[in-house]
Amino acid sequence: MAYVAVKGGTEAIEESIKRLTFERIHAQELLEIKTIMATMRGMVDQVMSESSLYSEFLAALAIKQSEGNMEEAVFLLRAHRSTLPRLYYTRVVETDTMAVERRISASFKDIPGGQILGATYDYTHRLLDFDLIDESKAEMKDWLDQFIGEEVAAAKESNLSLLPKVVDYLRKEQLLSEVPDDQTEPIDVTKQSIQFPTTRAERLQVLTRGQTGAVTSLGYAAIRGYGAIHPTVGELRVGKLPLTIGNLSDDLENDYYIGDIKVTEVESFVPISIPKENNTEEIEFEIGYGICYGQNETKAIAMSILDQSLELGSGVHPTQDEEFVLLHIDSVESSGFISHLKLPHYVTFQSKLDSIRKIKKESEK
Amino acid sequence: MQLKTHFALFDEGSKKEIRRAILKAVAIPGYQVPFASREMPIARGWGTGGLQLTLSIIGKQDVLKVIDQGADESVNAVNIQKLVNKTTGVATTIETGEATIIQSRHRIPEVPLTEKQIMVLQVPIPEPLRWVEPSEYKTKKLHAENDYSGAWLMLFEQIMKYGKTATNADHPVLVHDRYVMAPSPIPRFDNTKMHQSEALILLGAGREKKVYAVPPYTNVTSLAFDDHPFEVESFDGKHCHLCQATNVFMDELVNQDTGETYYQCNDTSYCLAELNEHEHVLEVAVEHAR
Ligand SMILES: [Zn+2]
Repeated sequence: MAYVAVKGGTEAIEESIKRLTFERIHAQELLEIKTIMATMRGMVDQVMSESSLYSEFLAALAIKQSEGNMEEAVFLLRAHRSTLPRLYYTRVVETDTMAVERRISASFKDIPGGQILGATYDYTHRLLDFDLIDESKAEMKDWLDQFIGEEVAAAKESNLSLLPKVVDYLRKEQLLSEVPDDQTEPIDVTKQSIQFPTTRAERLQVLTRGQTGAVTSLGYAAIRGYGAIHPTVGELRVGKLPLTIGNLSDDLENDYYIGDIKVTEVESFVPISIPKENNTEEIEFEIGYGICYGQNETKAIAMSILDQSLELGSGVHPTQDEEFVLLHIDSVESSGFISHLKLPHYVTFQSKLDSIRKIKKESEK
Repeated sequence: MQLKTHFALFDEGSKKEIRRAILKAVAIPGYQVPFASREMPIARGWGTGGLQLTLSIIGKQDVLKVIDQGADESVNAVNIQKLVNKTTGVATTIETGEATIIQSRHRIPEVPLTEKQIMVLQVPIPEPLRWVEPSEYKTKKLHAENDYSGAWLMLFEQIMKYGKTATNADHPVLVHDRYVMAPSPIPRFDNTKMHQSEALILLGAGREKKVYAVPPYTNVTSLAFDDHPFEVESFDGKHCHLCQATNVFMDELVNQDTGETYYQCNDTSYCLAELNEHEHVLEVAVEHAR
């Protein structure tokens, strides 16, 4: 005869997890990982970008497991990332080696190499396409055969790697403020916690991992009135970058090629005033930089705005305050702390009750 | 593609790195050591700091106890305990005395801890000056300059406003006469248990990426003025309706039918032990009667 501890929590969790599985499969339809990889490009790209883990397969798995819930998919992938040893850093990549799929400039109409629209929703009419309800495999195949035929013919005429950078043009004209070449080894923000004030390399890392919505919102705030910044997209590129890692002999020639990653890169031009000696001012351009995994154009542009705001902003606006921006845009951190409010707070609340009651008693005296 | 989880989830490099941060924290009591907090399989704000400390120090011989809000059976405690057990296979317990590592949210057990135990506390906001200074850069300087006037001023302002200090849980403490520390969100009631604790107390904040510690036999004093001494939550005249205990932290419960308020030990394993102790006494008494 003895008292036994209540086991309510364990059973409640088991039942809840069963319920979750039920919700995922009760309609008796299964989504293949390869279907997600093939058809949910936008989501896969966003999940990889916010997770800082480049794997379309694992992102698709996370999407399947989380029933398409973005914050949950990123959470799964980030947690998985923690279990992987980090053995190498890739060599620094110069982005002019990119195999370009899309490249536009809002600054110059005639950019050397030309504007390349590539795949974009920008010029589609956002009308629901009811034909997609009955899309057939046969139609799909016909369309593909014809398109690929045209593409092969066109591809022979153009070379889309090693395109010149728009920014080089401004540099030649001396319209860019001088930026000293910084070859300092960057601090890896996932291996060392950031300390304020930060370096630009740290800021760029946090921004590129930032939640798409959060980065976009703060970038929007900065151009809408809380940041006094008016950027022009100098160049936006989407394409693949080859990555290599060094070998033991540290001989660049013998680096190992480990694959390509698709990225979106943005260089925004932001006019800034430079005070001159005789009380006059001159205008020069400063670059805001954004880069992220996959095709994530709004996020990359917003990142370039925030990069410039944090680098040169006077700190008057919250979008120029690095602690405000960098400590709040992370998907896993913000959603985790908000969601912890669902946990019981009986002890702290009891403590608060005690304090409130004592004060009330005091003031009644 | 089947992946097997490594012992205690992390790769060895990560665990070593976290242990180094812990050693530094032990060497400088109350000082917040920044560390490369990993993303975890549980959410930020749900105990990832504590979990990382537990996973980096745990060995196969350890016995783990996890508490949330005083209870072992709270769903979050069960979940964390399940995860550690799943990735390490170590034994778990609800008995405070049996545990070698106790990970907890919000409470230090009622039973005094021993030299053989490590108390790991999950911390949401490690910065005791955060409420008076929002900037991390500035608070770091204030700590360096031993400038805690902000914390004192906060208490002083409360006295001016309410006639007494009005801190809730997480009442700031001074550790080893140097660093002012946030004692995690433990109730004021538990602050005193940190003073000269026999067990090592580790505090981990995952989202804020900080580790700090109270080594065994260290002085920990709650900030207070001479004329307004530190007061803990009071349960005067109250007792646990199950085990009759007094002088423990209690949950306030309401009888739905009568509307009456009654109390119960917040530390459920303590309550259970007390109940079983009385049971034993009862049995012994019966034995004697025969
Ligand atoms: Zn009790």
